[in-house]
Amino acid sequence: MSGSCGRIPPPFPDNEDQEAESDTRVLDSDEDDDDEGEDIFTGARSNPITPTSAPDEGDIFSEEGSYIRSDVHHATNGLHPDEEELDLFTEATVELTLTNTTSQGRREIIGPTASACNTTQVPNSILKPSIVTKTTEELEEEESGDQFELNIAVTNPEKIGDGMNAYMSYKVSTQTTLPMFLNKTFSVRRRFSDFLGLYEKISAKHSLLGCIIPPPPQKSVVGMTKVKVGKEDSSSAEFVEKRRAALERYLQRVVAHPSLLQDPDVREFLERDELPRAVNTQTLSGPGLLKMINRASDAVNKMTIKMNESDNWFESKLQEVENEEQLLRRLHAAVDSLVNHRKELCSNTAVFSKSVAMLGSVEENSALSRALSQLAEVEDKMEQLHQQQAFSDFFILAELLADYIRLLGAVRCCFEQRMKVWQRLQEAQSTLQKKREAEAKLLWANKPEKLQQAKDDINEWESKVSQYERDFERVTCTVRKEVLRFEKEKARDFKQHIVKYLESLLHTQHRLVKCWEAFLPEAKAIA
Amino acid sequence: MQLLVHSVSVDLNNDASLVIDIPDALCERDKVKFTVHTKTTLSSFQKPEYSVQRQHEDFIWLHDTIVETEEYAGLIIPPAPPKPDFEGPREKMHKLGEGESSMTKEEYAKMKQELEKTVQVHEVFLQRLSSHPMFRKDRNFQIFLEYDQDLTVRRKNAKEMFGGFFKNMVKSADEVLISGVKEVDEFFEQEKNFLLDYSSKIKDATAKAEKMTRSHKNVADDYNHISGALNNTAADNNTAFKKHLEKCAEVFEKLRKVEDRMASDQELKLTELLRYYTRDIQAAKDLLYRRARALADYENSNKALDKARLKGKDVAQAEENQKQCLQKFDKLSESGKKELTSFKARRVVAFRKNLIEMTELEIKHAKNSVSLLQGSIEILKSN
Repeated sequence: MSGSCGRIPPPFPDNEDQEAESDTRVLDSDEDDDDEGEDIFTGARSNPITPTSAPDEGDIFSEEGSYIRSDVHHATNGLHPDEEELDLFTEATVELTLTNTTSQGRREIIGPTASACNTTQVPNSILKPSIVTKTTEELEEEESGDQFELNIAVTNPEKIGDGMNAYMSYKVSTQTTLPMFLNKTFSVRRRFSDFLGLYEKISAKHSLLGCIIPPPPQKSVVGMTKVKVGKEDSSSAEFVEKRRAALERYLQRVVAHPSLLQDPDVREFLERDELPRAVNTQTLSGPGLLKMINRASDAVNKMTIKMNESDNWFESKLQEVENEEQLLRRLHAAVDSLVNHRKELCSNTAVFSKSVAMLGSVEENSALSRALSQLAEVEDKMEQLHQQQAFSDFFILAELLADYIRLLGAVRCCFEQRMKVWQRLQEAQSTLQKKREAEAKLLWANKPEKLQQAKDDINEWESKVSQYERDFERVTCTVRKEVLRFEKEKARDFKQHIVKYLESLLHTQHRLVKCWEAFLPEAKAIA
Repeated sequence: MQLLVHSVSVDLNNDASLVIDIPDALCERDKVKFTVHTKTTLSSFQKPEYSVQRQHEDFIWLHDTIVETEEYAGLIIPPAPPKPDFEGPREKMHKLGEGESSMTKEEYAKMKQELEKTVQVHEVFLQRLSSHPMFRKDRNFQIFLEYDQDLTVRRKNAKEMFGGFFKNMVKSADEVLISGVKEVDEFFEQEKNFLLDYSSKIKDATAKAEKMTRSHKNVADDYNHISGALNNTAADNNTAFKKHLEKCAEVFEKLRKVEDRMASDQELKLTELLRYYTRDIQAAKDLLYRRARALADYENSNKALDKARLKGKDVAQAEENQKQCLQKFDKLSESGKKELTSFKARRVVAFRKNLIEMTELEIKHAKNSVSLLQGSIEILKSN
């Protein structure tokens, strides 16, 4: 903990003290950010931590997905039990194929915030360097700030039990230098309902404050049933991989949020060996969650008209969020179509390859026959390339969009929370008004014995009103901060993923060139 | 609407004495008008160079008259080009003709690709004829190339004359005929087995190639939709995010073009090659049918002669008949052997040429993609 700068260690779960927190955040002062005008950091600013700007404040949602390219036919990562904990993160990217696997998600938390991932943690040299290098600013920031690290990986899906009572158990591994944890590296096994249970707990506590809570991955009856029933085909392996990756991204987003990281439930989730079984997660299944979010949206829509905003930042921002969600849905649909067509192309190429091989086998001219077999092999390689590209299409692009569509839903929930708090304030104010009127009536009716009660009531409600006013101020402030941070993270996340995706395309095209270049002399050799 | 398409042919114009190409095609409503351009040093032609407009039906007429010609029974008749198939674009063309609606870039590109394909296949047909010592002298072929008027009238007359009799006869012959014939000639025995086997495999390969090409084109279309959706999302945005989205949309748009080109080049060079040889194999099989029929006729004439001798009636006639059948059969066998041998060589040359061209094009396109992607990644990272 080389604290060379004025960094205050994160305040402990005392969420009332929002202002103290805000002082310790690395400030976006230099960021070319489209701040909606207001300076939300009202407290005295501490000196900027680094001499340069800190573009990756690493706020809530930046994350590097851990796209573990396990062979879709394997359900586990084949991890050996006697392997060191540290190696887990290497093993998590095991079973590489011809193309790269993208890097594993790393979170590096400097004080209460986080920044992008760290090269030294990624052991595998095959991984694309671009995802893994930091900007010079990030490096400088690390140098001078308190270096707290937290890396999470979700690996080793294992089926426990049989038949309809079976479930998948996932290994959640943490590697950290944060002092609040008991160990530096540790892992636990969790099942899907545990993740949902965590969401429920976090949500209950933090959403009232206006925080944007990352939504958990969706339940899938169809997907899980196939797994339970023991269907050992590629589609159930794909489902497990998809879920594993989604769970990992979910946890990474949770710990990237400074307040959530402080939450003891989160710590317990990561550390504690046995968790009590989470019940009542039905409400949090895919459709249930969606319904909740939609209700929130409706409530907000009804209320927005009544709310008298001092500036219409909230109104217009909510509108923006809703629009963006729609646009992302359409984009997601287009990407989904691409994934499917690419998979089709993959299987059609495989079929064609076999057909060309057959043709080559009956061809009487021996040089042409050989060339045709070579062509069949080229097409076979192309099939593999298409498959890997489809994988990238899905995990880099489609899942990103799906995540953000749900995150935007969570943002809407956050606005709804603010609405609720406002509503509570309105109700208290009107109750206070009624109490005052009641008092006035009593005075007029000259009933002194009831007057004291009336006065007590008024006092009670006056203090409630002022409490709720403070609450509303605070929620307003938090929501604003959260949204701005979310937007920055979203921009960064998208940019990273777009670059990663383009790199996957680039890789595929490189391989294509090589395949065809290898074939060319064969074609020329036909005589 | 005129679409000029540069021909992408398998170059059969080896002999400068008669050089034919289709430099452009006009797409009107749902008819395609091909410009057939001839350059010749042969004295049998009236002029050294001329161009005429021909429709698909004219090509079919020419093909049919050649098939019906008894003289050519021992030759592999170049397969007729398939009818231009525009599917969706056809309806658009109709609408365009009526002055309504306009084509999207996508539809236009698809039409252009179809046109490229159809020009290639019509051109190859003519070039096969011009490069063959017997076909190039065909009177109808010359008329086709030279006659500067519409051929519609002639086409109608031809139909009335032949009624498609011979063609139907050949078409109805089935494989049982050739496989059933007792083959004395080793060469033809081998050819028969090879052609039957090859024919089914190449048909299969063609079908699979078509499916693959279609999937490839679907992927290119998806890039287009993604690009559009990205632009829509960017339009609504007002932050630095917007630039990234726009850049990404641009990349997808450019990638689409490359991917589309890759798919259509693979189609032109590989799928079309396979399609063509599926038809050519059929033409070779047709030759075998005709020879098998001639053999059957000869065997029948032998039987007839024996019967006549027994009865002592019409012997001379039967002898004459038998002699003619034998002559015909020998002629078919002799020219058939030559044709099938040169067919082998032709096939190998065509495959070689197309595979090389396709590979070179795919490499070129993939390299384009590589530099496009590298450039875009640089720009996105530096922002």
